Amino acid sequence: MKKYSKIFFAFFVLFFVSSYAFGLSDAFKKNIYNPGELKPIDSKLNVKVGEKAPDFTLPSISGEKISLSQFKGKNNVVISFVPAAWTPVCSDQWPGYNLAKVIFDKNGAVLLGITVDNIPTLFAWTNQMGDLWFSVLSDFWPHGNVSKMFGVLRSDGVAERALFIIDKKGVLRYAHVSDINKRPDLKDLATELEKLNKN
Amino acid sequence: MKKTSIASWVSIFLLLSIGLLFAGIAPPKEGEVLPEITLSVPEVPTHQNYLGITKNKKTFRIPEIKAEIVLIEIFSMYCPYCQKDAPVVNELYNKIAQDEKLKNKIKLIGIGAGNSPFEVDFFQKTYDVNFPLFPDGEFSIHKMIGEVRTPYFIGVKIKKDGTHSIFYSERGAIEDASKFLNLILSKAGF
Repeated sequence: MKKYSKIFFAFFVLFFVSSYAFGLSDAFKKNIYNPGELKPIDSKLNVKVGEKAPDFTLPSISGEKISLSQFKGKNNVVISFVPAAWTPVCSDQWPGYNLAKVIFDKNGAVLLGITVDNIPTLFAWTNQMGDLWFSVLSDFWPHGNVSKMFGVLRSDGVAERALFIIDKKGVLRYAHVSDINKRPDLKDLATELEKLNKN
Repeated sequence: MKKTSIASWVSIFLLLSIGLLFAGIAPPKEGEVLPEITLSVPEVPTHQNYLGITKNKKTFRIPEIKAEIVLIEIFSMYCPYCQKDAPVVNELYNKIAQDEKLKNKIKLIGIGAGNSPFEVDFFQKTYDVNFPLFPDGEFSIHKMIGEVRTPYFIGVKIKKDGTHSIFYSERGAIEDASKFLNLILSKAGF
């Protein structure tokens, strides 16, 4: 047992002496807190593809309240849950979606970005990303309530890195929880959005 | 000391050595040579011609590019500064391409840190980038060059004997294409 404890100790030290590669933009300077390598997935989905997605209403950084149901009959909806503001990977993911607006537009989709941070934190963080075309919502209070509804609230109170696609009828068409330490390939989301038009 | 105990300390030593190896990699410095970066030969014939890399091989090393200077941009499709800087980098490319004295001497390439082939292709099409961009989806090149923040530019001078040296290595966007080109020419001793 002692032998294994030493090996675990070595792994522990290894994660702290070696930085985790995340290719962070210089836009965030040195303001990113790196929590190191985390447990890849730490929750269990509460929603099923093919079923109605649960409705919710959350405040956005623009000041208005946004409900999932307001898009029913009008747009497909992509929900991007990311764990936390001012952390690696999350800080790059949304600027990528900002660039990829054309992929959302051609598939009649809007994007809702959600974290469990409060509005002032989200406002300051997303300001570093440039002008975002999509809504950024705060699932801060009751803490992580919507994240919990979808089954993506981790045991430490932050959301998973997860993507959901809800079609115009309000039906969940795609649910993907990524390894929290890695950014999902844009190709997967683009492919899933294309599928909406084929069915 | 028991055999198991020796084995466990050897394991600790090996693991820490690996960790320190990654932690100790600093960004490339002027006067140094590039790490052993291997890139896939582009599928697009115009990019093959631009780099002077024959299509009968699958991979190549940066010093094999047919040029006297290679400028490498480490970028990411997900990086707001890289997005904003893309038109300026295109302007730099065009200035070089339109200059009869420089167009065969200076070549540009981009390496997308953590970007998949789809993401690099998306960036290339969105900004109409005419020079070759290469994916580095697993950050393997990015780790070799000290996990620099993006955008990051590395200038490499390639000598006639095939040896090379880094003459420029800086983080940050290009503010002015003309000034940057003059800086590069001056630093490379042109």
